[in-house]
Amino acid sequence: MSTHNPGDPGDPGDRLKPVAAVPDGMALQVDGVHKSFGKLEVLRGIDLEVREHEVVCLIGASGSGKSTLLRCVNLLEPIDAGRIVVGGEEITARGTDLDRVRRKIGIVFQSYNLFPHMTVLRNVTLAPRKALRLPRAEARARAEALLDRFGLADKRDEYPDRLSGGQQQRVAIVRALAMEPELLLLDEVTSALDPELVSEVLDVIRELAAGDMTMVIATHEMGFARDSASRVCFLDEGTILEEGPPARIFSAPREPRTQQFLQRIVDAGRL
Amino acid sequence: MSKETRAVGIALLSTVVFLAVIATVITRSPGWDTFKEFFLDPTIYRDSFAEIATAFKLNVRIFLIAEAIILPAALLLAVLRSLPGPVFFPIRALAVVYADLFRGIPTILVIGMLGFGMPSLEIAWIPKSFVFWGIVSLVLVYTAYVSEVYRAGIDSVHSSQEAAARSLGLKHTQTLRYVVIPQAVRRVIPPLLNDFIGLQKDTALVGTLGVVEAFKQTQIDTSATFNFTPYLVAATLFVAITIPLARFTDWLVARDRKRQQAGRLT
Repeated sequence: MSTHNPGDPGDPGDRLKPVAAVPDGMALQVDGVHKSFGKLEVLRGIDLEVREHEVVCLIGASGSGKSTLLRCVNLLEPIDAGRIVVGGEEITARGTDLDRVRRKIGIVFQSYNLFPHMTVLRNVTLAPRKALRLPRAEARARAEALLDRFGLADKRDEYPDRLSGGQQQRVAIVRALAMEPELLLLDEVTSALDPELVSEVLDVIRELAAGDMTMVIATHEMGFARDSASRVCFLDEGTILEEGPPARIFSAPREPRTQQFLQRIVDAGRL
Repeated sequence: MSKETRAVGIALLSTVVFLAVIATVITRSPGWDTFKEFFLDPTIYRDSFAEIATAFKLNVRIFLIAEAIILPAALLLAVLRSLPGPVFFPIRALAVVYADLFRGIPTILVIGMLGFGMPSLEIAWIPKSFVFWGIVSLVLVYTAYVSEVYRAGIDSVHSSQEAAARSLGLKHTQTLRYVVIPQAVRRVIPPLLNDFIGLQKDTALVGTLGVVEAFKQTQIDTSATFNFTPYLVAATLFVAITIPLARFTDWLVARDRKRQQAGRLT
């Protein structure tokens, strides 16, 4: 990691160690975050803590604020009140270098947002080369290793439009991973995919979880959240109404709104 | 007979009939013989061709020099107008005023004002060449137009592309350079070419300063021979440049599209 960050509990190597070896490993802290678009208040006081190596799934209806929360954590949207701390550094403090913060927080979008005028390899190497200033060969080696790991080695020289949705989304994940982020945010990354392509992307995320990547995942894939999340947060009208281990949230939700939401999911045959 | 062959046959036939009708109407007009004598004289066409072609080289030179300045200058202007934040307000405002002003004044007026005006200031270091001021005028006018084309292209790149680039830690300038501008420029190549062609044609306006370029030479020849055939010569020369330019751009656009999308439907 090229960025210096006092108070950061770990260099990238720490991620490979088991959880117990990193005491006090708080990856993300969101305190009382508010965010409005015009008169519409999308986030109404969000509090969330994510420890290192945790996989937190955000569930809730469309418009409940899941995506906005992720965009705020990545500083793509300025917040109106509250604070966000990543790896011990308050990133919402005045005068924070946004570009430096974003380099350590990866985000993957629902619509992939690959750069259509670049090959897969250039999509993946662009930010490491220009933002991290890695030498070309090193960025390339890093990209090729990741593409290889996620079964995309033969797509290296293709343009994104020639790939399936699932392949594009995997490339987008690889592009975020090439920055070696401390925290990965996934914003409904399977929602735009044809049903038969969802699993290849979820497999990638499961593998990342098994590799101890810290992730916050906004998702409608309840089966995935139930099986893979360390913790599930139910968002409703801009607040986290209920959170807990997936086993409890899915089998014994306490809040009536959570019960309603999950009932609708079950009725739709999606859990 | 296949469907395609039939379609080609019909297109050919209708074109021949169409042209025949037009030719008949024109050649049967009462003034046709006079028209032929004054506009379509083969001898005069041949005799004036070399002279006008030589003068036309100046048009091409003016075009090339102006275009080489306009393309980067207009892009810079478009980028300046897209700078975010209140700090850059004066720059954005200046860019808007400039674009409004030079798109609003007829090109021939700009050329006249700068071409006759600037040298008359008689400041030692200010060039007195009409060609120089002609080029400056064209650059000023067309930079305003072309920057609007670029700006439309920049605006057409979806904000999610910028979000993706910024989320990877690329700076605003890096995002513009590597992500937004390459996509924007590809999209605006056809309208850019329109402005190229407009510029190539407008080089004839520099002739109003007395510079002997193709149009001025045509006027000289016309008044010497009392025959308008030289106009046809000049028109031929302009078209000989602009049509290949148009085909070349079509080819560029098609190649780019093919490269990005080939195999998409398979």
